[in-house]
Amino acid sequence: MRGSEHWIHMEFFIQQLINGITLGGVYALIALGYTMVYGIIQLINFAHGEFFAAGGYMGVILISWLASQGLHPYACLALALALSMGYCALLAMAVERLAYKPLREASRLAVLLSALGMSIFLQNGLMLTQGVYDKGYPTEITSGGFEWGLVSVSYMQIFIVGLTATLLVGLNILVFKTRIGRAMRATSQDKVMSALVGINSNRIISITFAIGAGLAAAAGIMVGLYYGSVNYSMGFVPGIKAFAAAVLGGIGNITGALIGGLIIGMVEIFAAGYISGEYKDVFAFIILIGVLYFRPSGIMGENIDDTRV
Amino acid sequence: MTTQESKKLWLSCGVGLIWFLIILWPLLGITPEGLEFGKTFKVFGYVAVGVVILMLFYQVQQAGKLNFVGTPLKATSVGIGKIYEITPRWILLGIVLALAIAFPLVTGRYAHDVSISVLIYICLGLGLNIVVGLAGLLDLGYIAFYGVGAYTYALMSLHFGLSFWLCLPIAGVTAAIAGCIIGYPTLRMRGDYLAIVTLGFGEIVRLILNNWMGLTNGPNGIMGILRPEIFGFQLNKLWMLYYVILGIAVFTILAVYRLNFSRIGRAWEAIREDETAAELMGVNTFLLKLLAYAMGATFAGFAGAFFAARMRFVGPESFSFLESAMVLAMVVLGGMGSIPGVILGVLALVALPEVFREFELYRMLVFGGVMTLMMLIRPAGIWPAKRVGRRSEEAD
Repeated sequence: MRGSEHWIHMEFFIQQLINGITLGGVYALIALGYTMVYGIIQLINFAHGEFFAAGGYMGVILISWLASQGLHPYACLALALALSMGYCALLAMAVERLAYKPLREASRLAVLLSALGMSIFLQNGLMLTQGVYDKGYPTEITSGGFEWGLVSVSYMQIFIVGLTATLLVGLNILVFKTRIGRAMRATSQDKVMSALVGINSNRIISITFAIGAGLAAAAGIMVGLYYGSVNYSMGFVPGIKAFAAAVLGGIGNITGALIGGLIIGMVEIFAAGYISGEYKDVFAFIILIGVLYFRPSGIMGENIDDTRV
Repeated sequence: MTTQESKKLWLSCGVGLIWFLIILWPLLGITPEGLEFGKTFKVFGYVAVGVVILMLFYQVQQAGKLNFVGTPLKATSVGIGKIYEITPRWILLGIVLALAIAFPLVTGRYAHDVSISVLIYICLGLGLNIVVGLAGLLDLGYIAFYGVGAYTYALMSLHFGLSFWLCLPIAGVTAAIAGCIIGYPTLRMRGDYLAIVTLGFGEIVRLILNNWMGLTNGPNGIMGILRPEIFGFQLNKLWMLYYVILGIAVFTILAVYRLNFSRIGRAWEAIREDETAAELMGVNTFLLKLLAYAMGATFAGFAGAFFAARMRFVGPESFSFLESAMVLAMVVLGGMGSIPGVILGVLALVALPEVFREFELYRMLVFGGVMTLMMLIRPAGIWPAKRVGRRSEEAD
């Protein structure tokens, strides 16, 4: 009798672990955008959560439309994913060009406020164009999965984890193996020197924003698939949590963002499962404050050009 | 402006508009029913016409063709400035105060309602102005102190039946303590980390208000809060409450004005301009930053206690992040560190939207847009503070 109770606890634990990995992967993808942008221009891009929300919306819009054209659900998903990532990349480049580039030489407070303004603007733009109500993903895509005893894993969770891993590997190759990646690393280390050796820093910054927003869009679709629906204000809280993840891992550090994201996701799921569901959001904030107070450079150490700090 | 420059300007404007269309269309035009174009082009049309008109205006103005309007306008404003300078300050302030006192006598209930919220936001804006404008610390969780003040009065009046006038200072002190609690661990952080941490603290306070059923009654809020009384006479008309908040606002303005030109105010500004230099000059930066937090929180606490008394209800959704962002937008729009600027900012963002009530939905959209736009074209605000150093405008 005691043994089976033990087993139920174990199954609950495994279930939480799987959910934690799924959510952590999503946070890691959002955190990458923050960390890359912070690494390169030392700006907390408040609008990043909005790229995530816009990605989620684009996913639902495109999947519904493509499905109504008679495509196979999974083909819809793949196509919608690619298109949403492209869309958010364009959106991020426009925002960067409009709201951040003219302020490159201004005080940090000015850029932060500009970013905050953009975040509010985009969030409300999304509300005005798409309405205040939740939009649901088609259930033929989100349903289905395996079950072992009490542990259940949906196909979407497997898809989310697989896609997160693929995107992370792709990003690593891009940053550490290609010319663009080398230029990005050079710009984030020293803008003046990299400009002297012929790197167009404005272009690199623009590309960084585009990549970060593309990853956020993928995360937005994943969250939509995982929870089944999207909302115009969905970008705000995951945005702060992902920023907490980026800080926890060490801002500017790509591996750090992954680790930080997983930790924050795990903490949230386990806190909700074992301590209190109502206060689950508080834990991420407490971690953020604790890390900034005791170890501001994060677990993996930060990696930023300190000339403006 | 040379022809080449203007060509470049129009080209980038055109590219921007095409970009806008690409971004707008999928959001409005793709539905499961099929592709739709009418709605997108309608919205795009409005925006494009607006942009082209602004561009034309800018071009004409740059070419000097508008001097026939601009020169007399400038002459008028210079003239007004001269009159403003030669008139003693107390006459001007007296006129403003007399207008404020006479206001409820000549207007109706609706105007009282709007003016009360204007005055509440003036208190909040001036409090935040101490933190952001004077000390240069970006606080994104400011509304939490407003919430602390409101709940303090609500609970005190509900459980102990204490009067509003006793609770007002208590609410201020509670909020100041909350400010110190939040400020103490965060103030050693870099500026932009501070912003995100205060945001986190603001959310924590809201979540606690939302979930601590035993104390705050959770999302249902607290009802039946007592109105303020004077000698046993309950102030149950809006215009009476108007005078209460007018008093609090005038007190706030005087206090912030005196602080601004005191030793403490100068030290705050020194910290804003260059923290290291200020520290070298013997300014105790940590203590003064903590004081800025506590003072800012105190005024929010006063405003919060009044808010609870005026609504006779408090609920956690009044203290969301968007409220913080709104107060911040008022301070930024009006001019950080400038008292008349903040008041103008509040009037622009609270009273003006009441005039355009049918555009209520677009309100936050405009707030966000205005915030970014102000940073791009006029970072010091509509009515900039006089003593802002050049350094805060330059890169540091």
